[in-house]
Amino acid sequence: MSIAMPAPDPRVLAQASQIVAALRAVLPPDAVIDDPRETCAYECDALTAYRCPPLAVVLPRSTEEVAAVMRVCGDMGVPVVPRGAGTSLAGGALPTADCVILGTMRLCQVLEVDTDNRFIRVQTGVTNLSVSAELEPHGFFYAPDPSSQLACTIAGNIAMNSGGAHCLKYGVTTNNLLGATVVLTTGEVVELGGPEMGPMGLDLLGILCGSEGQLGVVTEAVLRILPRPEGARPVLIGFDSAETAGECVARIIRSGVLPVAIEYMDEPCLRAVEAFAKAGYPDCPAVLIVEVEGSRAEIDDQIARIRAIADALHPVEFRESRNADEALAIWKGRKSAFGAMGRLGDYICLDGTVPVGQLPHTLRRIGELSRQHGLEVANVFHAGDGNMHPLILFDANKPGDLARAEAFGADILRLCVAVGGCLTGEHGVGVEKRDLMGDQYAPGDLAIQMQVKDVFDPQWLLNPAKVFPLEASAAHRARAAE
Amino acid sequence: MTVALDLAPTSEAEVSEILADCHARRTPLRIAGGGTRIENPFLAETLSLSRLSGVVTYSPGEMTLIARPGTPLPEVRQMLAAEGQALAFEPPDLRGVLGGNGTPTLGGVVAANASGPRRLLTGACRDHLLGVRFVDGRGRVLKNGGRVMKNVTGLDLSKLLAGSHGTLAVLTEVVLKTLPLSPARTTLVFPGVTETTALRIFTAALSTPFEVSGAAHVGGTAYLRVEGLEGQLAYRRDRLLALLADWQPQVMEGAPWDAIRDVAHFAGGGPLWRILCKPTDAPSLCQGLRAMGGDCSLDWGGGLIWYRGPGNPRGLAPHATLVRRDGATGPAFPPLTGAVARLHDGLRRTFDPAGILNPGLMDA
Ligand SMILES: Cc1cc2nc3c(=O)[nH]c(=O)nc-3n(C[C@H](O)[C@H](O)[C@H](O)COP(=O)(O)OP(=O)(O)OC[C@H]3O[C@@H](n4cnc5c(N)ncnc54)[C@H](O)[C@@H]3O)c2cc1C
Repeated sequence: MSIAMPAPDPRVLAQASQIVAALRAVLPPDAVIDDPRETCAYECDALTAYRCPPLAVVLPRSTEEVAAVMRVCGDMGVPVVPRGAGTSLAGGALPTADCVILGTMRLCQVLEVDTDNRFIRVQTGVTNLSVSAELEPHGFFYAPDPSSQLACTIAGNIAMNSGGAHCLKYGVTTNNLLGATVVLTTGEVVELGGPEMGPMGLDLLGILCGSEGQLGVVTEAVLRILPRPEGARPVLIGFDSAETAGECVARIIRSGVLPVAIEYMDEPCLRAVEAFAKAGYPDCPAVLIVEVEGSRAEIDDQIARIRAIADALHPVEFRESRNADEALAIWKGRKSAFGAMGRLGDYICLDGTVPVGQLPHTLRRIGELSRQHGLEVANVFHAGDGNMHPLILFDANKPGDLARAEAFGADILRLCVAVGGCLTGEHGVGVEKRDLMGDQYAPGDLAIQMQVKDVFDPQWLLNPAKVFPLEASAAHRARAAE
Repeated sequence: MTVALDLAPTSEAEVSEILADCHARRTPLRIAGGGTRIENPFLAETLSLSRLSGVVTYSPGEMTLIARPGTPLPEVRQMLAAEGQALAFEPPDLRGVLGGNGTPTLGGVVAANASGPRRLLTGACRDHLLGVRFVDGRGRVLKNGGRVMKNVTGLDLSKLLAGSHGTLAVLTEVVLKTLPLSPARTTLVFPGVTETTALRIFTAALSTPFEVSGAAHVGGTAYLRVEGLEGQLAYRRDRLLALLADWQPQVMEGAPWDAIRDVAHFAGGGPLWRILCKPTDAPSLCQGLRAMGGDCSLDWGGGLIWYRGPGNPRGLAPHATLVRRDGATGPAFPPLTGAVARLHDGLRRTFDPAGILNPGLMDA
């Protein structure tokens, strides 16, 4: 537990019952929870090492109800932590003891499907997967596909600017978000963007997306939708070294073939996956899964090109899938990677991005750091865009192991920054990477971001103690409290 | 003010000095790249970025271009084309339309978030902007984003600066994603169709997975562009020809996509408006616009209307920007109200407390 959280505001804690009463006055009875036996269900997200039950939880059903909550909390100076499904791996939805959790789970309506103008309008509590399910009968889909898509919400996706395996071709959330309805801390409701292909004035939607609940509460979203491809097919390529696999990624990218996904798995990950899922992957140091889309002929053509690129690098194996079952078999191991790693023990999942050309070097350095810290690490990630997910294995029951794992993780993220990359490619900063922000940004670069927050949230009530190092934000918070 | 000469810094440090000084003296500046974007009608000293020029790094393998703001767009195009790559958002060259004699620069493209026909498929300039270095209105040298494809570290100020038309900060370095050029392209042409028919064609074509990369309607002709690898292209073309057979498409090689991108058909004079709308609203909007006099064209599958004429389109379509004034009066950018206007003001004051950067340009 090396990440500090600020002490709760005693004035807020002293007023707890008045705050709950004020919330009850503006919401239906079942929408306010303050029984500690129930609020404890919201004490953490997927970064489970950090927990804290909130003061209360509200579950509004409409933008108007969210606005009412924000007016109460704004007037009474109560911090608000917006929460989708709580799958954040960065502690983005971690409560403080003096906060109200604003859960989006009842904001779950699909409002409009317009295939002629290629958008869908939803309340943001809908899950990522249900959006694509809704679109399926229309022959369309929503592109960003985080591995957590069964559970995670559009609200969380927007807040974290989430990505997924298919983002290599289609972009991340920000590239597929057309508009949002946002409630400010004043309770005012603003519409940013819409079905049109550009902002009116400054691109406020652009800073909202990925702002981790720091600027406003997003209640509705207009999402860009795409016609479903005719088909998709993966190939699996095994290499005898990480370097060669990295080189293969770079050559594919340069060739003009635009795969929808290029996924990478290293030896420790392959071993775990083999033991867990028996996917029948080749026994070698590095495996790539490359997926392409199109008609049968288009797919054949693209795969032929990829094969030519790979052959020049002498792969251990080049496995094509001739039918749906074989395609599933190729994806099987990758899709079970996180589960497989979970069986080996506890792990933390990192999310740094490096320039694609730096992949081999970075992998080598991670191996060295692993020996230095005495902890095992496995790599499974989106190689096409350099977004790495090193999984550090540790034993939560062993005193000091979590701290060691966190220290190892911090070293890896600093390495990512040092080779020209960044701390987080898709999981967000949250509390997890908060204190490393100074490694990526100079004080002034952070200050201007915090000044933007000042504009949207002058009281600094939204999602406290995330994203910005506490020391750096102290002056802003103090001014806000006046 | 006695100084009439343009300020033309050659380094970021100089930009910082100039802005710190102007901040202290509250001297407003007109920020100019190549001088080919929307003109600021307010008189002020000019800060020209034309000499802060040059590519810092271009790595085709990593598909990134790092360049200074004054780098001429044609130079960038050439450099990328030599590696079989391009800026996929197809930045336009509006020289003809704006009547400027400057050369469009990369900084100007980003500041205007300028995107051509392929915006439909690959997104706008802001979607390809990975990071920026900039100097704010106090003279602070700052950065945001980086040079990798996926980055969610902190607030995405790059998006905010893209399309801010130099009203928040002066860009001193931009990092853009480059993409391989499709080796082959062709165009389906539908001569003599109305906007209503064009929209039917667009809707049908854009509901297919054939990755139409341009859908425009100019001078009564609808154009659909398809791109891809050689084998892919023939397949896509034939499927679209079959699907759209009722409208008797013709196949055209070398269709005028550069001219469509640059709005060459409305070069010369007369007030010119750029209007964003829901694509299916475009036909009725065009009817209304023509009723006020003048003419329209469509890009982005109907999502972008160019209107040249004497009328003020804002009554019909609020999302309208006056790109070429030529006698027309009123604000160039759509007026904002309420909390959104307050947020805009707050951001302006944060980035540029003394109001020295292109003051008035984006205001009502
Ligand atoms: C097994 C697993 C796999 C994952 N795979 C991926 C992946 O492939 N790609 C990826 O990008 N992420 C991945 N994640 C991370 C996580 O799923 C994403 O960050 C997701 O978008 C979070 O959504 P959520 O609904 O769970 O949001 P939460 O975790 O509840 O919240 C996330 C953030 O959003 C804010 N927020 C929530 N609702 C709102 C709102 N209405 N308005 C404003 N802010 C709000 C919260 O305050 C918080 O900061 C994975 C997580 C797990 C556990």
